[in-house]
Amino acid sequence: MRLLSRLLFYLLVAFIVVYSVFPFYWAVISSFKPSDALFSANPSFLPIPFTLDHYKNVFLQANFGRNLLNSLIVAGGATLLSLFLGVLAAYALGRLPFPPKNAVLYIVLAMTMFPQISVLSGLFILLRATGLFNTHLGLILSYLLFTLPFTIWVLTGYFRGLPRELEEAAYVDGATPLQTLFRIMLPLTGPGLVTTGLLAFIAAWNEYLFALTFTVGDRVKTVPPAIASFGGATPFEIPWGSIMAASVVVTVPLVVLVLVFQQRIVAGLTAGAVKG
Amino acid sequence: MLTLRQTRLAWALVLPTLLVVLLVAGYPLAQVFYWSFYKADIAFVEKPEFIGFENYLYLLQDPDFRLAFWNTLRFTVVSVSLETFLGLAIALVINSRFRGRGLVRTAILIPWAIPTVVSAQMWKWMLNDVYGVVNVLGVKLGLLSQKVAFLAKPELILPSIIAVDVWKTTPFMALLLLAGLQLIPEELYEAASIDGASRWQQFWTITLPLLTPALVVALIFRTLDALRVFDVIFVMAGVNPATKSLAIYNRQVLIDFQDLGYGSAVSVAILVIIFVFVLLYMRSVGREVVR
Repeated sequence: MRLLSRLLFYLLVAFIVVYSVFPFYWAVISSFKPSDALFSANPSFLPIPFTLDHYKNVFLQANFGRNLLNSLIVAGGATLLSLFLGVLAAYALGRLPFPPKNAVLYIVLAMTMFPQISVLSGLFILLRATGLFNTHLGLILSYLLFTLPFTIWVLTGYFRGLPRELEEAAYVDGATPLQTLFRIMLPLTGPGLVTTGLLAFIAAWNEYLFALTFTVGDRVKTVPPAIASFGGATPFEIPWGSIMAASVVVTVPLVVLVLVFQQRIVAGLTAGAVKG
Repeated sequence: MLTLRQTRLAWALVLPTLLVVLLVAGYPLAQVFYWSFYKADIAFVEKPEFIGFENYLYLLQDPDFRLAFWNTLRFTVVSVSLETFLGLAIALVINSRFRGRGLVRTAILIPWAIPTVVSAQMWKWMLNDVYGVVNVLGVKLGLLSQKVAFLAKPELILPSIIAVDVWKTTPFMALLLLAGLQLIPEELYEAASIDGASRWQQFWTITLPLLTPALVVALIFRTLDALRVFDVIFVMAGVNPATKSLAIYNRQVLIDFQDLGYGSAVSVAILVIIFVFVLLYMRSVGREVVR
C-alpha cells in the first residue's frame, strides 16, 4: 500500500516535469530536424536526422542578429536605468525621513497594476513628438513603465531590512548620507540588486506590445515581434524549423539564467508579490 | 539638523524617479484622457475636432467592444481558475519532501521563463492541424478519433489558447502558493496528526485557511495579468473575433484603424474595468482580514 502510493506520487511528479518541459524539448528537437523530417506523419522524438540548416537560415537570411542585438541593448538599457533610478529612490523610501513616502509608494504600486495598453496612444504621441519613435532610447524609456516600479518596490523592502546600527556607525564616523548609501548600504543589497535586475531584464527581454508598436522595420525591432512575424520564402509556407531555431536562440539565455539563479528568482518573485 | 539634511537628500533621490513616472505614465495617461474627447486620427492627417462624450456614447453600444469584453472575461475566469487549481496541486506536491525535488522546481520554472511570444509559437507548431505533435500523439494514443484543427475551429481556438496560457503561468502560481505553504508551521500538522485528523481533514482545516492570504495575492496578480492579455492571443490568433481581447481590440482601433479619439476612449474604459476589479478584490481582502 505504501509502496503503491509512493509509486503514484512519483508518477505525478514525472507528469508535472514532462508537462512543464516537453513543449520546450519539442521546440529544441524541431529546430534540429530537416524540413522533410519536420513535416512527417510519423515524427521522431529525437533530433534524427540532424541538421543546423534552420540556425544558418535564421542568422543568414533574416535580420535576426540585428534583432538580438536590439533586444540586448533595450533590455540591458532598461535594466541598468531602472536599477540606477530604483536604488536612489528605494534608499530614500526605505531609510530616509521622507514625508510623502506612502504617497510615492502608492503611485509605484498603482503603476505595477495598470495595463500597458492604456497608455499606448499617449506614449505613441510622446515618442513621436520627441523624435524617439523607432529608437532604442524610446523603447528603453517606455519599458521603465514596468521595470522601474517593480525595482523600487522590491529594493525598498531590501533597504528596510538592513540593520539600523550600520548606518548610525557610519554617521558617527562622519559619513554623509550619500556616502553611507554607496559605501555601506549598497554593497549589502547586492543580492537584491541581482534579483531585481534579473527579473527586470527578463520582463524587458520578453516584452512584445511596445516593441511591436513603437518600431518600424528591423533597425530597432527586438526579438519578440520578429519571431511573431517570421515569414517563409513564400507567404504560403510557415517556416516552422526556422521559427523554432529562433525561439530556442532567444530562450536559451533565459533558461540558463533560471538554472543558475533559480533561488534568487523565486525569492524575488515571491517578495514582489507578497509585499505587493 | 541631520534629519533636515536627510529629508532634502531624500527628495533629491526620489526626484529622478518622479520625473520618469511623470514622463512615461503621467503625461501619456493625460494624453489618453484628453484625446478620448476628440475625433482625431493618430497620424493627425485631419484636424482634430472636440466631440465631448460622443466616443464614450459610441463605446456603450459598440458590439466589437462588447465582444472583446466577454472574450477577455471568459479567458480570465477560465484560465485563472485552472491555474489556481493546478498551481495549488503542484505546490502541494513540491512542498512534500522527496528525492529530486530541486529538479522539479527547476523544471516548472521553464515555462515561466520562456517569452510569451515564443511559447505561443511553440504551441502553434505543436497544435498544427496536420503535423502537430498533439494531433500525432493524440491519434496514436487513441485520445483523438481524428486530427483536429485546434486553431481554425471557432469553438476550439479560445480553449486552445487558454491551455497555452495555463501551461505558461501555472508555475508562477505554484511558486507563490509554495511560498505560502512554507510559512505554515510544521507543528500544526504534527498536533493534528496526534489528534487523529486525516490528511484530507488537515488540508481543509489547516492548509487552506492558512494559505488564503497567499492565495488571494496570487489571484489578484493573475487576474490583473489575464485582464490585460495581449501577447498569447495576438500571436496565436491575430484579431480573430472569436478570441480578440480588450487589449487587442484597443490596439486594432488605435493602430490599424488609426482612430486616436475612439481608441483612447477604449483605453480609458479598460483602465476603469481594471480599477473596478482591483477595488472588488481589495474589499474582499479587507473583509478576509476583519474576519
